Parts: sequence; C-alpha cells; structure tokens
Amino acid sequence: MTEIKRYQEDDQVIIQINGEIDASSSIELDEALRSSLDESSKVLVDCEGLSYISSAGLGVFMSYIQETKQKEIQFVLYGMPEKVKSVFGILGLDQLIKIEDSKDKAKEVVD
Amino acid sequence: MAILFWMATVILDVVYLFWRTNNFSPGYTESLPEIAFILFILTSIFYFRGSIGKADSINFIDLLWRAFVTGLITTVLSLVIKLFLFVFDGHSITQNFVFVNLLYEFNIGLVLVFTLSGFIIFKRLILYQKTKRLLRAWNIYEIALAALLIIGVLDIIPYSPFFFAIAIPIILFGVVLSVNMKWVAYLNFKQKWKAILFIVLTLIYLLYYIQNLNQFGNNYIIQRNLFDSPFFLAIFSFIIAYSSFSLLVILFNLPTSSVFEQKMEEAMNFQKLSRAIPTGENEEQVYDILLSSAMSAVFADSAWIDIKEDHQEHLIMSRNITDENIRLMEQSLSDSKSKNFARRSLSRLTQAGVEVYSLRGTLYRSALIVPIEIEKKKTGELILLKEVSEGFNREMAEIITAFVNQACVSIENFRLIQNALENERYKEELKIAKKVQQSLLPEELIETDAFSIAAFSEAADEVGGDYYDILQSEEGKAVIIVGDVSGKGTSAAFNMSQMKGVFHSLAPMDISPEDFLVRANDALGSCLEKTSFITATIFQVDIKERKIVFARAGHCPTLFYCASKDESYYFKNIGLGLGILRNKDYQDYVQQQELQVEKGDVIILYTDGITESRNKEDEEFGYDRLREFLVQNSSLSPIEIKERLLEEFYRFCGTDKPLDDYTFMIIKFN
Repeated sequence: MTEIKRYQEDDQVIIQINGEIDASSSIELDEALRSSLDESSKVLVDCEGLSYISSAGLGVFMSYIQETKQKEIQFVLYGMPEKVKSVFGILGLDQLIKIEDSKDKAKEVVD
Repeated sequence: MAILFWMATVILDVVYLFWRTNNFSPGYTESLPEIAFILFILTSIFYFRGSIGKADSINFIDLLWRAFVTGLITTVLSLVIKLFLFVFDGHSITQNFVFVNLLYEFNIGLVLVFTLSGFIIFKRLILYQKTKRLLRAWNIYEIALAALLIIGVLDIIPYSPFFFAIAIPIILFGVVLSVNMKWVAYLNFKQKWKAILFIVLTLIYLLYYIQNLNQFGNNYIIQRNLFDSPFFLAIFSFIIAYSSFSLLVILFNLPTSSVFEQKMEEAMNFQKLSRAIPTGENEEQVYDILLSSAMSAVFADSAWIDIKEDHQEHLIMSRNITDENIRLMEQSLSDSKSKNFARRSLSRLTQAGVEVYSLRGTLYRSALIVPIEIEKKKTGELILLKEVSEGFNREMAEIITAFVNQACVSIENFRLIQNALENERYKEELKIAKKVQQSLLPEELIETDAFSIAAFSEAADEVGGDYYDILQSEEGKAVIIVGDVSGKGTSAAFNMSQMKGVFHSLAPMDISPEDFLVRANDALGSCLEKTSFITATIFQVDIKERKIVFARAGHCPTLFYCASKDESYYFKNIGLGLGILRNKDYQDYVQQQELQVEKGDVIILYTDGITESRNKEDEEFGYDRLREFLVQNSSLSPIEIKERLLEEFYRFCGTDKPLDDYTFMIIKFN
C-alpha cells in the first residue's frame, strides 16, 4: 500500500513517499506535487520509503521539470534506494532533477 | 336439463292437481313430482357451478353484476305474470285452481333460478382466500342443505316443531358462515359503490319475491308452497343474511378504502423503482420515479431532488415548484437549520439524517428532508414540501425513507452493471491495442554481410509496448532501434506507432544517431501526452567499415561482448528519454559513441522487462546475470543465443507466461 504524506518544515514542503509508485498511485503523487508546487517555492521529496517506481511515476516527475525551472522552484528528491536511483539515472532524469543522498544534503541545496 | 326437469315438475304437478280436482286417480304418487323438483334444483346448481367462475380480486363486481342481472331477468318475467293476473283479475281463468297453480309454478322456477345463482355466487365470495377450516365448514353446510332438500320429500307438516328443529340450526349455520367477506377489502372506492348498488337491488328482488309468493299463498290455494320447503327457507335466509352483512361491511369500509388504495399504490411504486434500472432506464429516470412516488405517497404539494456528486454538475429535478422558489426555500431551510425550534429531528424514530421542519413566512409551512446516499456516500437530498403546517409524521418519513433507499439500491445496481460493461469494453480495447502493437513490429529482419541478427518480443496483457525495428539506408548502413513506450493499452500502442513513423522517416536519411534522437525528440515532444515518454537506443552499423555509431535516449544500457578480450560490458553513455525535455536543450543530453567491431563481437539490445523480472525469491534477473550469460554463450549463433536466453530467462522466472513486456535483439558480427 502506497502512502504519500505532505508536511511543512521551516519554509519547505516535504512530500514523503512510502511504498511503490505505479500507474494508480502516480495519480496521488501528481496531486501531491501539484498542490505542493502551488504552495511553496521549496519542495523536497523524501524517497527513503520508495521501493519501486514505474514509468507512469517517472512521467509524473518529468512533467514538472519545465515548470520548476521556469518558476525557479527549488525541487529536490532525496534518500532514494540504489535501485530506484538507477532507474532515474538510466532514463536521464538525474540530469534534470536534483537528487541528493540525505535530507540534510537536500536542505543544504535548498537553502 | 334443468329446464327439462322444471317442465317435468310443472307438468306432473299440474296433471296431478287436475286429476285430483276431477276426482281421478293420477296414476302416480305425490312423490314423483317431488323427485323431478329435486332433480331440477340439483341440475340448476350444477349448471351455475359450471358457469360461474372462481372469485378473483378483479371480478368481484362481475360476480355481483351477474347476481343482479339474473335477478333482473327473473323479476321482470315474474312481473309479467303478475301483470297478467292483474289484467284478468276477476276473470274466470284467474279463479281456475289449476291455472293459478301453473303460474305459481312458473314463479317457483324463476325464484329458484335467482336464488340458486345467488347462492353459488355468494359461495364463491365466501370461499375467496379460504382456509382449510372454512372449506370444511362450508362442505358440512352444503351436505346439510342437501339433506334438507331430501327431507322435503317426506311429508313434514310445515312449521311444526320438527320442521323448526331441523331448519333453524341450518339457517343459523348459514348466517354464521356469512361473516366471511375478505373480498370486500380488495374493492376500491368506486367498486364499493357499485357493489352496494347491486346488493341493494338484489335484496329488493328478494323482498319482492317474498311478497309476491306470499300473496299467492294468501289469495289462492297452492299445491306446492315454496315457504313450506325447509331447503328453500334455508337458502333464502342465507342469501338475505349474506347480502345484508356485505352491505353493512362495505358501507363501513367505504371511508378506509382510500387508505387501502394508498398502500397498494405504494407497493406498486416500490416495484416500479426496483424495476426501473433493468428495463434500461437511466439514473435520472429513477430520480423522476422517486419524486412522483414520494409525492403521491405523502400528498406533498411540491418537491425537489438535489444531487451533487463528485466531478459532476448539480442536478436538480423538481415538481410543482419554480427554480426561483427552490432558491427561496433553500435559503429559508438553511435559516431554519440554525434555529432549533423549527427543526424536529425524527432520527430517533427513523433513519439518521431525516429531518422535519416547520417553516414560517414562506408559501410552504412544513418540509421533510431525506438524504440520498449512494455507495455509503451522501450524494443529495429529497425535499418534500406541504402548504399546511405539521404536514409530515413518522409514518410518512418512514415510507419516504424506504422509497429513497429503494431508489439508491437501483442506482447502485445500475452502476455495477455499467462498470462491468466498461471493464468488458476496456478488455476489448486492450486486445485491439495488443494487435496493433504486434503489427508494428517487423515481420522479418534484414540480414547483411556484416552481421546476423535474431529478435524476440512478447507482451503481457495490459502492458504497454516495446518496439524494435531495423532498416537499411541507401548508403549501405543498417539502422537498428529498440524502444519502450511508457503508458499502457491504446495510448501506448498509439505512441508506439508514432515512434515507428519517426523511425521510418528518419532512418533512411542517413543522419547520425545523435541527430536522429534530437529530431525524434522534436517530433514526439509535440504529440506525446504530458506524462508520457519513450526510451530508445539507436545503432547505426556501417556494413563496409565494420563500425557502429550509437546513442541512447534513456533506454537500458546496451550489452556488448568483445570477442578479442572475451568479456562483456554495458555501454556507459549518458542519455535522456524522448519527450522528457521538449525544447532545444535536449541535444545537450545526448551523447553519441563510436566503436570498431570485429568478428565474433555480440550486441544485446533489450528492454527493462528482461533485467527487472523477478523470480519467486523476489530476486531480479539483473544486469550481471545477463552479462555472464553472454560471455558463456557468445560462441553461438544469434538464433541459438536467443533460444538459450529464453530458456534461462523463463527458468529463472519460474513461469512460462509473460508478466511484463520482454524484448531483445541479438546482433553478432561476422
């Protein structure tokens, strides 16, 4: 069961993903990203609990790349397991989205 | 038959009289005409039993009508006889003993026809919705009547103690049986009035006959006086008793018949609601039926239904109220909600959420609101209005709640069916998508002097498309592509066909793989959905020069086996999926590489379905396993490598059914 939580920390919005992002949970992810990016210019995604991401989930992240760039929103993913990170890497998304190892590093990037 | 016996009775009686008055011996005893008389009665009864059908809720009035008509015909005939007597009053013929008796015999025939038909009709009515006990009682009664008829043959002195002793118990028994009148409840208001009319007229005929026969008895000496027959007395009293009782019961039931009709209508409306969906009506029609049945059930003056479901427009359906008034009432109701005095909750008595309001200052003085819940979610309200205050009670709230629940069940069922149909359609669509995908793959692969090639592709149901293709350009170069389209079903098949279009237009142009990807990204970026992308690896093989040039667009890294070193590795060039960056910046993320190949070198192009497949221990097939496999099998021909790989792969997965899309191409250089 996939769980996507959102919470405010300092001036940042953090989206916490637990479980797998497949075609159905990607809709939920999209909603979480949409509202977070509307609310804040500093959005972090906690991927520590993300065990698998399908192409639909990658498509959701991909669809916000242009927007975060245009609106100069600080958008950082962190804590991905190695498997998931390699999926981002193969697709080339790691060149377009900031991916950090830990929450602290992610916060440094944002600040 | 009955008529024959009647005629026999008449003739035998008259002849007997005639001879006796003339002091002749008739040649037969008095009992012969009696037997004919009994046979006449019995055959009449059988005739009526055959011709008068069983009582049914629809034909009560028909039965009573029949009694009435029979009565009318016989009475008219009897009146003709009376008229005849009146006209010839004082004439010698009316003084003739034999002739008067003949006329009396005619009257007997008529009155018996009337009473016997009435008897059978009332029997049918009494036995409507009969119980075993009632049926037994009735049979006893009939046997007793038959006994009376036979006893009539014996010369019992009329009105003697013995006569009363046998007649009175049977008469009383008949009266007791007369209290069975369940049929009255099934008459509607109009039918009750008709029934009263027919029964009153039937009673009038009876009284006329009693008076008429009595007159005969008083004025003339009668051979066969009907009033001396205990059987006849019993039948007569039974008909009078049953007619009078039913008259009273119907009269007392008149005021309550509207309630009965109301209940019947409610039951019919229930049926209508539950049958609305299977007959192909839509949700709006169900709400429409709900609105009209609810209004008629509680005599509401106006009503509306307000439905608000997720992602849908407000649906308001109304009766006898304008949109403007609905807005006014909504305002007034929400005002009342804040004031507690106007609100009487019936939730203790009925389903939660049902509310009754008393209103002031509006056209309507009372309102009943019942929530509409579909799939355990409140989707709307039914609002009923009355111009009188305190217009709704607990019973009304209950019946409306029942109506609403029934409507909701209908709608839920409707949606279930709808979903099942949609699922079916979706499956059908997927089948088509799969066919389209398969038709997009090349039927045969070209062979060149430089390399031989083998390919495999298999798709699981409901999973989006893998793509591979090979083309030869005019400059003697072969272009090979393997791609993976994100998404599923028809949209994946559609994107795959776009990819094929792009490949077939760009590949023959002899452009570099890097250029190919930049242009493909341009072309696809404008037509892919926002969250869709395509990954691909493209290889250009210079057949003469034995040189490969390749680039990767976010696709799984290509596996290469180097024959001279006897080792295999994955190419590590950067790349970005097609459609991810839909502008000029894309070219910065593509990296082209070149490699001189030698005889025995092998390339495996594949999709992530291969490396990401898991076995029962949740272990991935993975990059290392694939790499080691190639080292061990590199000496084989591409087709043999393909067979081996499939064998190893399915053995690893522990299944022979594809759970994902599996595609790979094996190219071996000569």
